[in-house]
Amino acid sequence: MKIQVEKLKDTLFLRLKGEFDMLTADEFRSAVDDHFDGKRVKNLILDISKVSFIDSSGLGAILARYKKIKQLNGNMVIVGAKPQVKRVLELSGVVKIIEVYDDEKSALMGLL
Amino acid sequence: MTVKDRGEIINYVQLEFLSVPENVSLSRVVVASFAAQLDLTLNDLEEIKVAVSEAVSNSIIHGYNNKPVGKVYVTVMRYEKELVIIVKDEGVGIKDVKKAMEAAYSTDPERMGLGFVFMKSFMDEVNVVSEPGKGTTVELVKKLELPKKTTGKQAPKE
Repeated sequence: MKIQVEKLKDTLFLRLKGEFDMLTADEFRSAVDDHFDGKRVKNLILDISKVSFIDSSGLGAILARYKKIKQLNGNMVIVGAKPQVKRVLELSGVVKIIEVYDDEKSALMGLL
Repeated sequence: MTVKDRGEIINYVQLEFLSVPENVSLSRVVVASFAAQLDLTLNDLEEIKVAVSEAVSNSIIHGYNNKPVGKVYVTVMRYEKELVIIVKDEGVGIKDVKKAMEAAYSTDPERMGLGFVFMKSFMDEVNVVSEPGKGTTVELVKKLELPKKTTGKQAPKE
C-alpha cells in the first residue's frame, strides 16, 4: 500500500493506495501515529478512494486511530470508498461511527 | 467437521506457506484467480477475497501469535455446485469455537473481532474445527450457480 501525506494547518491528509490488510495496517498505523504523537496535527482526512481491498485488519486499524484522534480532541473523516470497500465499511458499522465523504473538499468542510 | 459429500472434485489448488503477513494477500489473490475461472460475479470474488483474508489472518495472528513459526495451508477446490476453500493451521487452536465466531470477540483494541462475521456474511457456509494445541481448520463454501444450459453430453438418438 502506498501512503501519501500532506499537511494543511492542523489537518493531515492521508491518501492510501492499494490493499489494506494486516500487513499494510502496520504501515498505516505508524504513518498516523508519527504525526499525532507529537500533537502537531489535530484532524485526519483519510482518503481511501484508491484502496482496492480492505478486511477487518484494515478496519481495526482505522477505528483504533479514530478513537485515538478523538481522545486528543481531534476529528477524523473518511473520503471516497469504492463500492466493495464501502460494503465492508457498512457491514462493520464503521460508517455509523466515522463520517464518509465523497471528496476531500467536502470532507474538509465537514471537519470545520 | 462433518465431511459432506460434495461430489467429485473438478479442480483444486493447494498452497503451503509460512505464517507471515505478506502471504495474506498472496493467498487471497491465488484463491480469487482460481475462483475467477468459475461463473461468479465480481461481487462474489470480492467477498471470497475478504473471507480468505480473514481466515488466513486469523491463522497468522491467533494461531501462530503473529510469529513466523508455522505453516498455513490453503486449499481451494471446485466441485460441481460449490467452491470450497480450506484454511488450516497447526497453531494454538481455539478453546471455544462458538464464542470465537461471535462478533467483537477480539480483545485487541487494534482488531475488530469481525473476522468470522465477515466470513459468515460473505460465504454460504463457514465450518470450523479446532483443537487447543493442535490447530484450526476453517472451511469456507460458496455455492455456484448451476449452469443454465446443460453441458453434459446428450445420449445419441437411436
